[in-house]
Formats: sequence, C-alpha cells, structure tokens
Amino acid sequence: MAIMLLLPIIMLILFGFAMTTEVKHTKVAVVDTSNDPMTRRIIERFQASAYFEVVEVLHHPENLDGRMRRGEVQLIVYFGKSFQERFNHSGKAQVALIADGTDPNSAKTRVSYATAIIRTCQQELAGASGISPGIQPTVRLLYNPQMKGAYNFVPGVMGMILMLICAMMTSISIAREKEFGTMEILLVSPMKPLHMIIAKTIPYLVISLVNLTNCLLLSVFMLGVPIAGNLILLVGFSLIYIFVNLALGLLISSLVKTQLVALLVSGMVLMIPVIFLSGMLYTIENMPVFFQWASQILPAKWYIVGIKNIMIKGLGLADILPELSVLVGMAVVFITASLKSFKYRLS
Amino acid sequence: MFTYLLEKEFKQLLRNKFLPRVVVILPFAMVGFFPMVANFDIKDINLALIDQDHSSYSKRLTGKLVSSGYFRLTEKTANYSEALHAVDQNESDVVFVIPPDFEKDLVNTQHAEVQIAVNSVNGMRGGLSSSYLMSLVTDFSAEILTTKAQGASQLTAATCEVVPRYHFNTHLKYSYTMIPAILMMALAMLTGFLPALNIVGEKEDGTIEQMNVTPVNKFELILSKLIPYWIVGFVVLTISFFVAWLFYGMVSAGGYLLVYLFATVFVLAFSGIGLAISNYASTIQQGMFIMFFFVITFVFLSGLYTPVTSMPQWLQTVSLFSPLRFMIEALRGIFLKGCTFSDLSGHFWALCAFAVFFNSWAVISYRKSS
Repeated sequence: MAIMLLLPIIMLILFGFAMTTEVKHTKVAVVDTSNDPMTRRIIERFQASAYFEVVEVLHHPENLDGRMRRGEVQLIVYFGKSFQERFNHSGKAQVALIADGTDPNSAKTRVSYATAIIRTCQQELAGASGISPGIQPTVRLLYNPQMKGAYNFVPGVMGMILMLICAMMTSISIAREKEFGTMEILLVSPMKPLHMIIAKTIPYLVISLVNLTNCLLLSVFMLGVPIAGNLILLVGFSLIYIFVNLALGLLISSLVKTQLVALLVSGMVLMIPVIFLSGMLYTIENMPVFFQWASQILPAKWYIVGIKNIMIKGLGLADILPELSVLVGMAVVFITASLKSFKYRLS
Repeated sequence: MFTYLLEKEFKQLLRNKFLPRVVVILPFAMVGFFPMVANFDIKDINLALIDQDHSSYSKRLTGKLVSSGYFRLTEKTANYSEALHAVDQNESDVVFVIPPDFEKDLVNTQHAEVQIAVNSVNGMRGGLSSSYLMSLVTDFSAEILTTKAQGASQLTAATCEVVPRYHFNTHLKYSYTMIPAILMMALAMLTGFLPALNIVGEKEDGTIEQMNVTPVNKFELILSKLIPYWIVGFVVLTISFFVAWLFYGMVSAGGYLLVYLFATVFVLAFSGIGLAISNYASTIQQGMFIMFFFVITFVFLSGLYTPVTSMPQWLQTVSLFSPLRFMIEALRGIFLKGCTFSDLSGHFWALCAFAVFFNSWAVISYRKSS
C-alpha cells in the first residue's frame, strides 16, 4: 500500500534528476605536437570551458587508447604538426577530435562543443573584429527553454504509474480473490455483480487520484515543470485514462485464473509495451514502422501525447480532440467488454 | 541432503508450464527487438521551412539541410505562426526561418542571420536537432566565405580542418550501445524476479512451512534456491549472445569468457536481492511490487538510459549502490571497447561485494519460524 504511493514519488525524483543528458566536465586529453601560440590558445579555451576538463597535455604522440578504454579520457584533441604555420599559410592545419563512441549522443555533443570552441578561436585569429563574419543563427527553444529532462518524462511517468496502479493492480487483486476462492463467497452473496465490480475498483481509483495529485505537486514544486494549460482539462483527461485502465484491469482479470498469470499477462501486454512503445522514453518517430503502428493501440501513447500538449505546451481542448476521442472510444470499448466478460456465475 | 533440495528446485522449475519457455523466449524477444525501439538516435527531424528570401543562397542552404540526412522537409510556408502551429500539432519539430535579404546581407556585409525555433519538450531531441542545424549553418557560412575570399583573390583564408573520429563504435550505432544493456536487463529480470516470486509463491501455497519443519538449515535452503537461477542466467546469456550476433551482427570485442565471468557474480548478486525481498513480502503482489521498485531504481541509476556522468554529483554517489551500474559499465566495456580483466577489476570486486552482501542478507532475514 505504502509502496504504491511511494513508487511514483521515487520514480519522478529519479526521472527528474537522473534523466539528464547534459554533457559537462568531459575529460579531455590533448596531444599537441606543435606546441605553438595558437594551439596553446585553443587549449586554454578548453580549460576555461565548463564542458571540458583538460586532464593532460602531451607534447609527443602517444597511444591513448588504453586510457580511453578505461574511461579515464572521453575525448582526445589531436593537433597536427606545425599547426599555426599551416593555419596561416597553407590553410591546411588539421585537428582530430577522437571521441569515445560508446554513448553515441554524448559523443556527438562533445564533438560539436569542441568544434565550436575551435571555430571561435579560428575566427578570432583570422582577425575579425566587431561582428563576426558569417551566418549567425538565433535559436529559440520552444516550451522548454532550459531543456530539462523532466518536461519530457513527467507526462510519461504519469502515464505509466496510472496504468500500473489501475490496470495491473486491479487485475492481480481480482485474480487473487479467484485463486483463494473468496470470489465465490462474494458471488453467492446477495450483492449485485455490478456493485461488486464498482466496489472493487474504487480503492484503485482513489489511489490513482492521490498519485496524480502527488505527481503534479512534485513536478511543479520540486522539478520546476509548470502546468502551462488548464488544470481542469488535465484532471478530466487523466480521469478518462484512469477509467480505460480500470476497465482493462477488469478485462484481464476475467480472462485469467491465477495471480501469476495475471501478473505475466499484464507485464507482457501492459508494462513492457508502455515502457518501450508509448513514447515515454523513446521517440515514437524513431522506431521502425511496425512498432509505430503497434504504439497506436496503447492507451498510454495517446494519454502521454495529450498530457504533453496540455501540461507542457499549454494547448486547449480543441488541440487535444484527437487524443481525447481515441481515449473515450477505448474507454467505451473496454468497459463494455469487461462488463460483458465478467463471469457472474461459479464455474 | 543438499542434493535432494537441489533436485526439488529443478523439478519445480522444469515442471512449471511456462517458466522454462519464458527463460528461452524473453531474452530472444528482448535482445532481438528492443534495440530497434530502445533508441535515442536522433534522425528524421521534421523541418518546417520559412524561406522569405527565395535567393540562390537560401536554396543552397535548404538543399544542404535536407541532404544532411537528419532532416525531413515537411512543411514550406511563409507564415511563422502557421509553422508554430504545426509544431504544436507535432507535425514539425523545428522551424527554420531564412529572413528576407539573406543573400544581400551575406554578400554586402558578410553577415546574415537565420532563426531557428525548436520543439524542446524532449530536451535531448531538441538540443541535438538545434546543434545539428547550427553546425550545418556554420559549415555553409564557412563555404560561402571561403569561396568569396578565393574569388576576391586574397591569400588563402586562414582555416583549419576539424576531423571527428569515434572510437569503439565507429559508426555511432545506437543499437550497439543498447545491446549490452538490454542483455543485462534480460538477465536481471529473469534472475531477479523469478527467485523473488519463488519463495513468496511457496509462502502462498503453504509449502514453505513443510520446508521449515525439516532439519534443513537456512544457508542450504537459500543456496538451493540460488543455484537453479544461476544456471538460468547462463542459458539467458548464451541465447542473448546468439541473438545479438544473428540480428545485429554484434560480437563482443573483448571475448565472451570475461562476460560469463562477470555474469556469474552479477546473477548471484541479483538473485540475492530477489531472495531477500521475498523474505519480506507475504504475497506475490507485494513481492512483485517491491522488486519492481528496486529494479526501476537500480535501472535509472545505472546509466542504461543516460550517462552516469551527466547526473548531479549526489546522484552519482547514490548510483554506486546499484549493482546494475557496475554490470552495465563492465558489459559495455567488454562488448564495445574490448576491455580486459585488469581494466575492470574494480567493477568485478564491487559486484562480488554486492553478491556477498545481498546473499548474506537473504540468509539472515530468512525466518524458519513464522
């Protein structure tokens, strides 16, 4: 019980702080065989940069592969011979940037930061004063100017947590009653089956609402993710998603007999697809087409897109109509199916 | 005595209808399909272009952006707010504006501006798309200025060439980064969750009480639960190696023997966690949830998704308590970099310490009396 409330909190904290891809303090080794004013100037620039930490400057070529393999160095800046002379006269000065490609995105980012440093030095030394020549790009980062990871992951975590609590927990708890035979006792009681189903799902509905509140409070006050859109719309949209999942949980529980099977079915059908295909972690557009199609049938995918639109982009009802109608459609289908398939009789 | 216990565990494992199947199918599916999906590669960025200049330079620049392979021109409009609306609707990711007089300014003053607006809800994607765009623009402006300088028959412009090279993963294939991590996930899921569910299952069925009244001691009992999953671990590992080679042509640069060695200790450590948790949980539902909680925490701190070095310092310290972190670093090291044992000896001893710690905990926390 406690863990159902604790899990979302821990997950949000982890996602918020751990899921950053900022590349800071890259350990750099410099191999500078020419050792002239120009290379020294570039090295000083590297030392001054917050992105890099120059751990070593060598003046003779040396094989640094071993150090990179042990992770002591993540980028090697290798200046060609007589760098400044070639720079000024033949225009054929060369500098190689050797990055550890184990993590491709970090490697690319490191190389692009390092290139920017070298290019700035180059432009300064080329003697430009005042406005630098060339094309100046002005970049505007929409919705998330600080590029915080949390903006992307909060909606994803909410989609996953609500699914976990509503669908997975409901299906397991009903399967448990079946396994233990307590379900039969309930069925022979004068209670109406419909009331029984409602009673069964209400605790999970309440827990989900508490979790939703926690998620929103944490994301606003701790992770600094504001709710850009309408709060009522956000809550209403989440409620529909919660109903979809409760119905899904009921549906699964009516199809299985034991807890373990309920667990495995909801793990395979809900958990793994939601983590991998819903767009919570991985961008759907990057996936092979087959998986892009597969992601369309996940309620979580529609929920996460809708929540991002409301919460991060601050869009209104008109802009989330497609997501809203898909979720409402799913809710209707699943609720009807789960009511139909719920067995009122003893086997 | 012990051999009988072991026999019982193996019988239970093999008699189960789906467990042996899961052990074979799960690593197959995970290593086979997940690397296609679990991919932070940034490509196919949808570009909305606003070309207000319609000059030969602006056309050349557009051509350069599209032919870079990162961008897909989805929208060409003259209206900025229309382009922004397309970003709202997730139809475009980036708006690129070439203002009027772009060519004229560039020719006359050697200075021009372009505007870029990036959807950065996903900070990683936003950041990398904007840095791709900026480096393409910088390249383009260098091209233009150099040709102009040469045209004006000045001395050769003072430039240098920057040559990027990537070690260990030359083509920066994301799947190569993910395969060792997914392999470890398959290992962790099967050797962590199954033991956790095993003891709790016995508790629910009541068979654990029968075990408790026998003279078997706690140590032997835990060991007999551990060994089957140890063997399961090797099966999972071997299947994963095969699938990684078959689907992605990936072979370990540092050999397989070292991977088996690390897995030996890792599986012990992780099964130990599972067993320790199962001692505290009284139902399957509880056990599963606690295990899930630990796995999620360990996974996010392990560097599977984002590099540990990017995390804030306090979190990097916390991540030292995740056995997954050491295992992932070791596996990526062996698979991609071809590390040797001496490169990774620290990781090995850390995993050994985890194995000893969690298994002692599992033995100590096991209560024979209820």
